[in-house]
Amino acid sequence: MSMDLGLPALERAAPQLMRAEPILTMAGISRRYGDVTALRNVDVTVYPGEVMGIVGESGSGKSTLLRMMNLEDTPDSGDYRLRLPRRDDGNLFDLARYERRMLCARHIGIVYQNPHLGLLMRHSSSGNVAERLLVAGERSFEVLRGKAREALEASEFPLTRMDARPIELSGGMQQRVQLAKAIALEPALLLLDEPTTGLDVSVQALVLDTLKRLQRDRRITMVLVSHDLGVIRTMADRVMVMRHGEVVEEGLADQVFQDPQHAYTQQLVHAKL
Amino acid sequence: MTAPMPLLRVEGLSKTFRMYHLDAMLHAFEGVSFDLFKGEFLLLRGHNGAGKSTLLRTIWRSYRPVAGHVWYQSGLGDIDLANAADVDIALLRRREIGFVTQFLNARPRVAAQDIVAEPLLLAGYGQAEALEQARHWLDQFGVRPELWRAYPSTFSGGEQQKVNLARALILPQRLLLLDEPTASLDVGARAALVRRLRDLKSQGVAIIGVFHHPGDVAELIDREINLATRVVSEQTEREDHVAL
Repeated sequence: MSMDLGLPALERAAPQLMRAEPILTMAGISRRYGDVTALRNVDVTVYPGEVMGIVGESGSGKSTLLRMMNLEDTPDSGDYRLRLPRRDDGNLFDLARYERRMLCARHIGIVYQNPHLGLLMRHSSSGNVAERLLVAGERSFEVLRGKAREALEASEFPLTRMDARPIELSGGMQQRVQLAKAIALEPALLLLDEPTTGLDVSVQALVLDTLKRLQRDRRITMVLVSHDLGVIRTMADRVMVMRHGEVVEEGLADQVFQDPQHAYTQQLVHAKL
Repeated sequence: MTAPMPLLRVEGLSKTFRMYHLDAMLHAFEGVSFDLFKGEFLLLRGHNGAGKSTLLRTIWRSYRPVAGHVWYQSGLGDIDLANAADVDIALLRRREIGFVTQFLNARPRVAAQDIVAEPLLLAGYGQAEALEQARHWLDQFGVRPELWRAYPSTFSGGEQQKVNLARALILPQRLLLLDEPTASLDVGARAALVRRLRDLKSQGVAIIGVFHHPGDVAELIDREINLATRVVSEQTEREDHVAL
């Protein structure tokens, strides 16, 4: 016989503290590809300086959502706003392709799981970083070189290799070049799509430590997608759990891992080795 | 003269875990109520499984309560921790509320002194000052200088706990939750912990603690609450602070 597991619903309309306004707000994001529902009515709110982790099994929609945040795709419906200094772009999905490209180049950084998506493999590492600065309008060679050096250094990339091509570098080093490129213009938002997947554990620890330091020292707001719960637990302040294109649970990282409320989250957390 | 407002007022707090894989619910505690004032040290007592650590974690919001309120007088305004938005809880954890467990949650390849300095850096201290204070507290808790730059994952349980305490107590909070912090500590580190807690208490920090050996902190305890399974009872002087 099945027990009645109904619990009393809690009032969540509590008084709020004097905290900052959200930097990212997405509302009602839905996307279908043919017969497949990739995202169904997803809402996201991210506050300045926090790391929002997104977990879920393959095909849950987490990477699709990240691509939406990077304006690489447009949903069938939904609203997306970034709170940026001295500008109001309204719903970013209404922007023209060129405007999207400029906004992303200037205000959003992204690190892909596959470095081939984020880097020009046959250009120098410093050139890859400088390319991001060029898109934003920088033209002076000295400034380009100086800023590229600074971003590579902040990403703990060895400067003696700054003229090496990514194709000559290890996976961990390639991720550092991607990271340097992503933070070169001090973006309002850094998107990380499985940034440590495929790296050996010691390199993974170094990349995570670099990210944590960047978040601490530069207060960069991050959205981190990973299927690795250990990575999310180490990095994230808050966590969204996705399944079949929907958000099934959202909460403080420790709460989601220690007291998961949804049956799927419990399954996910208990399956962790 | 009006009575002082408590820093924390817990009202009818209940916690039940819903375990889908067992198709069952586990009742941890029910209807817990008490007040906690500035500078007060409250000891939670009870048998194993009575819900002492669960109560601490519910106040800290690692666990979501199923009923009740935790009214907290924050420096930013009054708020019900039981129902507050996650982002507010994250803010309070950075600035005002500390939680000390018996385990260090160390990130791989981060030196002990950097782990300890991190709360200060997050609070806006400069690198040099944060590092200096981190080394001071590592020293106070008896971590040898040759270990300060080493990774705590290689340390013994006791050494890890010293790093944990140095990190957790480096930044004075308004409210401190202690979950068996003396487990696996040697005599010197236990004495350092008591000194630090006494110091924080005298600065007005309110403390709720669970201790396997309460004798370690006997001199600091103002009141006790005894948690029995799903029943709460008051043990000592100030009956008005605990409602059943």
